[in-house]
Amino acid sequence: MQTQIHHGVMFDTNELVLNMGPQHPSTHGVLRVVLRLDGEKVVDADVVIGYLHRGIEKLSENRNWTQIILLTDRMDYVAAATSNLGYCETVEKLMSLEVPRRARYVRTILCELQRIASHCLWLGTHAMDIGAMTVFLYAFRERELILDLFEEFCGARLTYNSMRIGGLPLDIPPGWDKKVLEFCKIMDSKVGEYEELLTHNRIWLERTRAIGVISGPEAVAIGLSGPTVRGSGVPRDVRKDEPYAAYDEMEFDVPIGVAGDTYDRYLVRVEEFRQSLRIIRQATEGLPEGPIVGKVPRLIKPPAGETYHAIESPKGELGYFIVSDGKSTNPYRFRVRPPSFCNLQGLRRLVRGHLVADVVALIGSIDIVLGEVDR
Amino acid sequence: MIDSLVIPLLKIVIVLNATLVAVTYMVLLERKVIAWVQSRLGPMRVGPYGVLQPIADAVKLMIKEDITPVRADRWVFTAAPIISMVPALIVYAVIPFGPEVSLFGRKVSLYITDINVGLLYIVSVTSVGVYGIILAGYASNSKYPLLASLRASAQLISYEVAVTLTLVSVILMAGSLSMVSIVNAQYNAHVWFGFIQPIAFVVFFIGGLAETNRAPFDLPEAEQELTGGFHTEYSGMRFALFFLAEYANMIVVSSVATTLFLGGWLPPFPNTAALQFLYFIPSWTWFLIKSFVFLYIFIWVRATLPRYRYDQLMRLGWKVLIPLAIVNLVVTAIVKVMM
Repeated sequence: MQTQIHHGVMFDTNELVLNMGPQHPSTHGVLRVVLRLDGEKVVDADVVIGYLHRGIEKLSENRNWTQIILLTDRMDYVAAATSNLGYCETVEKLMSLEVPRRARYVRTILCELQRIASHCLWLGTHAMDIGAMTVFLYAFRERELILDLFEEFCGARLTYNSMRIGGLPLDIPPGWDKKVLEFCKIMDSKVGEYEELLTHNRIWLERTRAIGVISGPEAVAIGLSGPTVRGSGVPRDVRKDEPYAAYDEMEFDVPIGVAGDTYDRYLVRVEEFRQSLRIIRQATEGLPEGPIVGKVPRLIKPPAGETYHAIESPKGELGYFIVSDGKSTNPYRFRVRPPSFCNLQGLRRLVRGHLVADVVALIGSIDIVLGEVDR
Repeated sequence: MIDSLVIPLLKIVIVLNATLVAVTYMVLLERKVIAWVQSRLGPMRVGPYGVLQPIADAVKLMIKEDITPVRADRWVFTAAPIISMVPALIVYAVIPFGPEVSLFGRKVSLYITDINVGLLYIVSVTSVGVYGIILAGYASNSKYPLLASLRASAQLISYEVAVTLTLVSVILMAGSLSMVSIVNAQYNAHVWFGFIQPIAFVVFFIGGLAETNRAPFDLPEAEQELTGGFHTEYSGMRFALFFLAEYANMIVVSSVATTLFLGGWLPPFPNTAALQFLYFIPSWTWFLIKSFVFLYIFIWVRATLPRYRYDQLMRLGWKVLIPLAIVNLVVTAIVKVMM
């Protein structure tokens, strides 16, 4: 299959091979999908990735443990803080480091802000793919507020490098928590605004209902995670199942869908906006005093061993597998389980039998970031 | 000599130029209105509040390289934008902007011509326009435009029928195909046809959105799916022609809707003694205001709604609009005979 496409072999005189991407407005980056069409109906789709491969995993084996945080920024670049957190927690687990409570709280706030920012980007582009362009700008307007908060916290707007092994690089600036609460207030009403434009919109319903239906067991079998699998009614959320950071002290619900179609995945993510705001409020109001960095040795050199640790990134289960030989100041093996990559495996199954217009809706629906898919 | 040659030529020159200016400023209006909907400012740099933006756009498009793909069908590729643009312009020949008025002591009618099959002329000429899109898709020899041209032809067939059926019910009401007579019929009826024929009005408007390839029916050029659709391979001025044709068609649909359903140049509830004071506003102003409302709705819809899918669009056309239009036509005919 793969080789045939690269040699340009026509499969059948009745089918049209349409190359979608890597330069296409709706493939969210440099994703390439080779579609076999019967009229406008998709007979088969082949996902081709690798256009954004930078070798981050291999690169990490030649960087010291602190430098790698910077590389994790560049994987899921629309949710850099969660990538940071996943990595830092994995190393902390490897070194059995204790992270102060205040640091865990701030990390939770950052990650949930990041989840909202990432979902804003998803909502905007997903709606744009289906033709509702106003939602795009509304969502980006609120994302901007989050980026401003991040800028105030760590100086960067996209690649934050916002965490350190054992804690945080710096404490929150004075008055920052008030601004976060203010943002929560604004965001509360804005989520309703997005919903007003889409949730009960007839065209939106027709475009998303019964599109890309996947049952819970099948979604699990493919390896989907995050909102994509929760849309199919599987209540899997790492924040609840294996709490990390300060999630064990937070109260929140895990929204799940029923039908497992694009519309349910949309509803799940929209509800996650609200749950994230709930978590941010709790964490900000109950922010404990104390140090922001634990007892970290000057030279980070984890003992020999290996560990896997997963967190819930906005896209799904983001896992890190790290092997340390205990001798050098860099990991022996560094491997990421990126949610976008695993979720992308479902695309072929989802688009089969649908129309070209649904392909872009489905790419949007599984919410991928190519930086993370290719690494 | 003056009546038969100079005045018609002058009118043609004025209408043609006014149309082209209106079309370019439609683009600016659309950008501005959509920007306001989306809490942005829109073009602000070229001239105060961006009023010179259309000129900058036109200059940019004219000096851009005009590319013809090597494997394209050269002649058809060149002809397609022209086939799109010309019908959109010649429709204005029969659109009445106002009644006969006296200007410098001379009786001048505010329309280029009033042919007795005006409406038929509009229907036939606007149907030619879509050939431009179909031929562009075919001639580009590229897959995305090909899909777009298939969509365009399917869309045309689905909506042309519904729109024409609604026009027939208006013709039944007016008893004439001439655009001026249709307006006069509304004058005699004391009410705009839009109030008597609300179903026809709505079906016509939805069909009009589909015929002009406007959101939520902009499938042939769906950027997110077909990377621009039929004009993927076009650049420079040839692309601009497609672009302008789309906006010219929007103005045509708005003008026709105004004439047929909103009384053309007439004020609300025409020929009513109590509302005589409304005649102080010049007739052509009424026409422009009403057309503008339609254009605004076109833009507003685009800013708000997602896009229909190809099969859903066909279903809406064949299963909803055409039956509605037929029922409306039959009821109109029965009522007309009984009265």
